[in-house]
Amino acid sequence: MFEYSFLQHYWWFIISLLAGLLTLLLMVQGGQSMLFSLGKEDHHRFLMVNALGRKWEYTFTTLVTFGGAFFASFPLFYSTSFGGAYWVWMLILLCFVIQAVSYEYMSKPGNTYGKTTYQSFLFINGLLGTFLIGAAVATFFTGSEFIVNKGNISNLTGDPITGLVISQWQNPLHGLEALFDVRNWLLGLAVFFLARTNACLFFINRIDNKELVEKSHKYLLYSAVPFLVFFLAFLFWILLGKGYASDAASGVVTLEPYKYFFNLVQMPIVAVVFLVGVILVLYGIGRSIFSKVFNSGIWFSGAGTVLTVCSLLLVAGYNGTAYYPSSIADHSSSLTIFNSSSSHFTLTAMTYVSILVPFVLAYIFFAWRSLERKKFKAEDLKEDGHVY
Amino acid sequence: MEILNSSLIDWSRAQFALTAMYHWLFVPLTLGLGVIMAIMETIYVRTGNEQWKRTAKFWMTIFGINFAIGVATGLILEFQFGTNWSNYSWFVGDIFGAPLAIEGIVAFFMEATFISIMFFGWKRVSKKMHLAATWLTLTGATLSALWILIANAWMQYPVGMEFNPDTVRNEMNDFWAVALSPVAINKFFHTVVSSWVFGAAFVAGVAGWYILKKRDLEFAKQSMKVASVFGLLGIILTATTGDGSAYQVAQKQPMKLAAMEGLYDGQKGVGLIVVALPNPEKKKYDDGVEPYVFKIEIPKALSALGYRDFDAFVPGINDIIKGGYIDAKGVKALPFSEKQARGRKAIHALSDYQKAMKNHDTANAAKYKAILKENYSYFGYGYLNHPDQLVPNIPIVFWSFHIMVYIGGFFILFFGLLTFFSYKDKLVNSKWLLWLSIASVPLAYICTQAGWLVAEIGRQPWTIQDVLPLQAAISSLSVESVKISFFIFFILFTALLIAEIRIMLNQIKKGPGAE
Repeated sequence: MFEYSFLQHYWWFIISLLAGLLTLLLMVQGGQSMLFSLGKEDHHRFLMVNALGRKWEYTFTTLVTFGGAFFASFPLFYSTSFGGAYWVWMLILLCFVIQAVSYEYMSKPGNTYGKTTYQSFLFINGLLGTFLIGAAVATFFTGSEFIVNKGNISNLTGDPITGLVISQWQNPLHGLEALFDVRNWLLGLAVFFLARTNACLFFINRIDNKELVEKSHKYLLYSAVPFLVFFLAFLFWILLGKGYASDAASGVVTLEPYKYFFNLVQMPIVAVVFLVGVILVLYGIGRSIFSKVFNSGIWFSGAGTVLTVCSLLLVAGYNGTAYYPSSIADHSSSLTIFNSSSSHFTLTAMTYVSILVPFVLAYIFFAWRSLERKKFKAEDLKEDGHVY
Repeated sequence: MEILNSSLIDWSRAQFALTAMYHWLFVPLTLGLGVIMAIMETIYVRTGNEQWKRTAKFWMTIFGINFAIGVATGLILEFQFGTNWSNYSWFVGDIFGAPLAIEGIVAFFMEATFISIMFFGWKRVSKKMHLAATWLTLTGATLSALWILIANAWMQYPVGMEFNPDTVRNEMNDFWAVALSPVAINKFFHTVVSSWVFGAAFVAGVAGWYILKKRDLEFAKQSMKVASVFGLLGIILTATTGDGSAYQVAQKQPMKLAAMEGLYDGQKGVGLIVVALPNPEKKKYDDGVEPYVFKIEIPKALSALGYRDFDAFVPGINDIIKGGYIDAKGVKALPFSEKQARGRKAIHALSDYQKAMKNHDTANAAKYKAILKENYSYFGYGYLNHPDQLVPNIPIVFWSFHIMVYIGGFFILFFGLLTFFSYKDKLVNSKWLLWLSIASVPLAYICTQAGWLVAEIGRQPWTIQDVLPLQAAISSLSVESVKISFFIFFILFTALLIAEIRIMLNQIKKGPGAE
């Protein structure tokens, strides 16, 4: 029913969309990173923790679904990146493990390590989790050191173990070497500050506490400026630098000047989505900074975040581009949406499952609305009975 | 290139086992307690009795404490397929990844969405909407179990796929064969209903403690009533599906069955061991030494269990290695040496096929492809060097199986008695039964862990039965890296477990009145 190529594009779009949603939901992590600054006062921190605590599972679930969808649709990425950039992914996972228990345990008697420890876990998750995810995604543009050789699995004469592994990482730091590339730092920091920016906008929109909202406005400025600086620096660097082009016929991957810029030009719909996304983010931030009464910035910035991130990943994967480039030697091991995807059958089956996504979004919307008719007030939170 | 050796396999296995075992400390309570609290809330909505609401809310608090750490350990489990089993992720990712993705889309979001209404929505949504949210939270958790168990069952019994030499991986060609395989269906029901028993034992244990302390008696009696009936129903279903599991194992994984019963040499009309004293002189499967110095068995029961025939031949470990018997498919089983030779033939054919394709030599490519196809059923055996590698750890599998069965038997009796005494309202004076209820909590943990030890260690050396052994499934990492991450996880999970237990005990001490 569906062309294989269409399905490969479709699933890259789903992955990109999930990445966009995940980046938006990282506002939970952004808020956590301000627990000890914006939330210096106990009653402010209480409000912040409880406002964020009702959202953390969505971020977590989106991360898990992002992983599962990547596994199902592009298993060679799962195999190569997770098995290769081991330490980066392990650190990201550890950051999220310590988050998962923190909300539920921090205020419970007998929690063994004290409230501050769990809040520190949330802070670490907010700081490192966002930065590392950003840095890891930056390697989609900057490349990683790996070789893929599918012939290895039938090599019975080499090392009985290493000789069989299809994806071989070539750097002993197993992913941490990405930290030696400034461009990865730029996107890591951009994601970190964007998460904080969206968190500030979320607090402005959801919290009924004048003092905290005022402080959030101040912190919005502190976060939005560095976000813009780091994001624009990364953006210009990749748009004006070389990108990994993949030849459709031969599959040969080469470094091509202005590849990502030309991708935008050659895919006008993606370019429009990208620009709309950027404008929405800027509008959401700008108006919230300049107007003390405007509290809907999160809707604009949130939608803009999803569109911008989604379109950036489309730029990384569409139009004859290697979305997970191998930066070594001839780049021939680079992953494209064609050489790393699941089979036609599996992508078709998964596509039928994806029809459920609007239904899932509908009940999430319903639940969110049911719980958030009113803004967060300390008194209401206590009445709800389940407070952190 | 880093230096790798076989201990990388052991450490990678250890790390995965550690995560899975920790994860499985929490999941059965989520599945079992979820139903119990949903039943309690249903009674509250139907009767309007506020005490039932307090009871349900107390168990929801316990559910939340347990759920958080289950989520934390589950995250690591999913990503470890990629981090530590890189070849596996490519070689079977086309089939294995799909259930994981469906689990995320269908189950996790349902769980995450409705759990927030369950916890925060008491005053924000209607009674009926809240009740629906509680049931949907449980439905999400159960659907999550369904998809991950489909994935696990496929590892035990790979169906619905075909090997593609061009992409060098197995590719799904029948979704429903994967999703509805008899192993998957049986595994799902056995796991879920045994989790019901787990939840019931947990609730009974805590409620028993309250009754012994003569505290919150109404709450405790309500909890006991629900737990006892639910536990009894659960254990009956667990026994039934357990029988189905044994049958599936006999048909699809005879080596696992042989290890479960410590059966070295097969015969017709084999008995099921009830009690046995292992012979310490028995060092190896083929040393000819009698495995037991003493045993009591139910005559012919293993034949009946595995083949629905009291006189059926059940192959032992030596038979499976030497071959020559008629297997469950009615085919004469090949010896290990022949399987190994055919596996190597398939692997070499794959290599030759790739070379031929590279040279555009279509004639030879077709020839090698045919050889590969003919021998693919034994592909995984080509990586094995010695028949010893086929034999899982017998003492662990044997004792895990028997401990699971003993505790399962205990639960049949226990829940029968508990139901009787609970509905006769005689629990307050039956201190021995209340103490037994408390003891049933650790027994439930041991039982469920033992069940998974049988399933997973019994499958060794395969990650995918007959297709992919451990050594061909692994990631190219240094042993040191995996050792470090193992200890990080070990320390972290243990620290969180300590916190979880202390919080739960505190919450139980505070009681339902604290809510």
